[in-house]
Amino acid sequence: MAQDTADMSGKSAKNMILAEGVTKTFGEGDSKVHALDDVSISIRENEFFTLLGPSGCGKTTLLRLIAGFELPTKGNILLDGQEIGHLPPYKRPVNTVFQNYALFPHMTVARNIGFGLEMQGRSKSEIKQAIEKMLALVQMEHLANRQTDQLSGGQQQRVALARALAPHPKVLLLDEPLSALDLKLRKEMQIELKRLQSETGITFVFVTHDQEEALTMSDRIAVMKAGHILQVGRPKQIYNQPARRFVADFIGDINIFEVDLDEVSGTTGRVTLPGGATLPADLPEADVPAGAVSVAIRPENMRLADARDSAAKLKGTVTNVVYFGAGSNVHVALKGGSEVIVRTTGEVLDDGHEVGLILPDRVQVLVD
Amino acid sequence: MGAVQHSGADARLDEARRRVEADTRRRRRQLLAPTLIVIGVFGLFPLTITLIYSFLSPGVYGGVTWEFSTDAYVQFLFERDIFDDTLSFSGTYLSIYGRSIGLAFGATVGALLIGFPTAYFIASKPPSQRNFWLFLITLPFWTNLLIRTYAVLLIIRDEGIVNLSLQSIGLIDQPLTILYTDFAVFLGLIYSYLPFMVLPLYASLEKLDFRLVEAAYDLYATRFQVLRHVIVPMAKPGIVAGCILVFIPGLGAYITPELLGGGKELMIGNLIALQFGGSRNWPFGSAAALILMVVVMMSLIVYVRYAGKEGNSHG
Repeated sequence: MAQDTADMSGKSAKNMILAEGVTKTFGEGDSKVHALDDVSISIRENEFFTLLGPSGCGKTTLLRLIAGFELPTKGNILLDGQEIGHLPPYKRPVNTVFQNYALFPHMTVARNIGFGLEMQGRSKSEIKQAIEKMLALVQMEHLANRQTDQLSGGQQQRVALARALAPHPKVLLLDEPLSALDLKLRKEMQIELKRLQSETGITFVFVTHDQEEALTMSDRIAVMKAGHILQVGRPKQIYNQPARRFVADFIGDINIFEVDLDEVSGTTGRVTLPGGATLPADLPEADVPAGAVSVAIRPENMRLADARDSAAKLKGTVTNVVYFGAGSNVHVALKGGSEVIVRTTGEVLDDGHEVGLILPDRVQVLVD
Repeated sequence: MGAVQHSGADARLDEARRRVEADTRRRRRQLLAPTLIVIGVFGLFPLTITLIYSFLSPGVYGGVTWEFSTDAYVQFLFERDIFDDTLSFSGTYLSIYGRSIGLAFGATVGALLIGFPTAYFIASKPPSQRNFWLFLITLPFWTNLLIRTYAVLLIIRDEGIVNLSLQSIGLIDQPLTILYTDFAVFLGLIYSYLPFMVLPLYASLEKLDFRLVEAAYDLYATRFQVLRHVIVPMAKPGIVAGCILVFIPGLGAYITPELLGGGKELMIGNLIALQFGGSRNWPFGSAAALILMVVVMMSLIVYVRYAGKEGNSHG
């Protein structure tokens, strides 16, 4: 089901990480928990790939399996074509940026950055060169000899990145690295991370629960829930064509309508809205059985119109208008009783105003 | 005019600040008073007596006669010929100090090698179980050191459990002589002072952020490299404290060498005790005790300075 359409970003299609049927359980007997349940995924070379989901969905477990901190209960993990599932972390050409950075407090910034190369037994001059290069890359040259506890959160973040990038791993894993930063710094670091990824050409696997962060930075996103991957796709796909109700709900605001589906043919069909109007629909998979289904429409994909406008397929009453700067969210109570949200940048309407809703040309059918 | 007023206010503010600071200092001194009294009465006062005694002459039946003499210190390094009173260098007492330092150092290293994995084991247990293991570590303290040392004696003597079980499985024919050797003293010292090593090590290791260990593994450090570059440096304060706590009492140990060493090979503690007992040479006993103190203080200064050099970079 997890649709994985052809890559249109122009990047290499070679698989860097391939997970096949990976299951990870913790505990025994009654307290046994499936952190990951038969997960398969492919992450391409030079890709900014994001694992997105609520806490407890298994995204961090998947990351730790790739890093080698946990071993899979079942399944294989391949890195660049080689089976790595049972190698210890220090034998994998993969480095991690930890959520709390985990910088060594008894070492200077420079020694932290050089640690990986030092452990690999590289020569002193090579290490020194790499440290200088990394310090320049994260713009921290002036702080090379500081102790790490004298750094701000943003600076620690940069050191952690430089430390993980210095040995030039094949894959960089990032475990919610921005969650401890304030909003402004987080926005800066998002751009910074994107820049680092394209400059180094290293495959980034980024874990977050922040959907906006995921949409901003990723080449592709995998949405996870309860140990399963629900959908993999480019940010626009995930946002505009969510396949599952959970994906639609988790990412951004969305209106969900209960409708009747018929005329199913391949991945298209026709749905009938509660008011009787019909719309062509896209199906997440071929041959969804006709009958009661849900469709999702983003608030910005509907327009408010005059109640008498013949193009308005739904009618209702404005109940609330929430202004958020760049526009307003208009809450409309439909004739059937349900409420929808419409985003508008136009005129602000009063509560109680009768309006019509113009729907998009096509809608996306969701499966549970 | 405004500036004049301003500086007047500043002066008054400074004055008030000074008064508050003086108050704070006085209160701190008062808090320190009980400690100062205890150290003064039970520390400095006896030490002064020891210092004075070491420069007096021995009394015939013990005690001292009030005649100034540096004989005690001379005796430490030289032997006085009984016939012509000439001094010749003698290493007897120096060798006792050397042996004691060697044994205490060995016991410290031994306790560190045994104590570190133990402390790491406890620190890696879930918090709810740690108290149980710590309880086991401190359990021997519930029994008197003398009794515990006798227990060690019973275990390692020729007919003890160790020898009997080794003989019964046919590993040896004759009992191994462990008791009344340096090795017995070494064992006894490790056993007696192991908890003093484990507890400070545990206190350091408990605070170790395990994510740092993961980070090091991730950065290509093998298990041994993680130990050397992350765990040991982070545990350094505990290692320093544990080594001091084992080495110092080990150096002055009395019961352990007396019982397990058979008293035939002396350690400093036994030498000093002997001077106040059988030898009836209180000035020499005092001098020996003071020399021990100076040795301990000097080695501490060297050790802390050396260990502190890298430890300081913890910031």
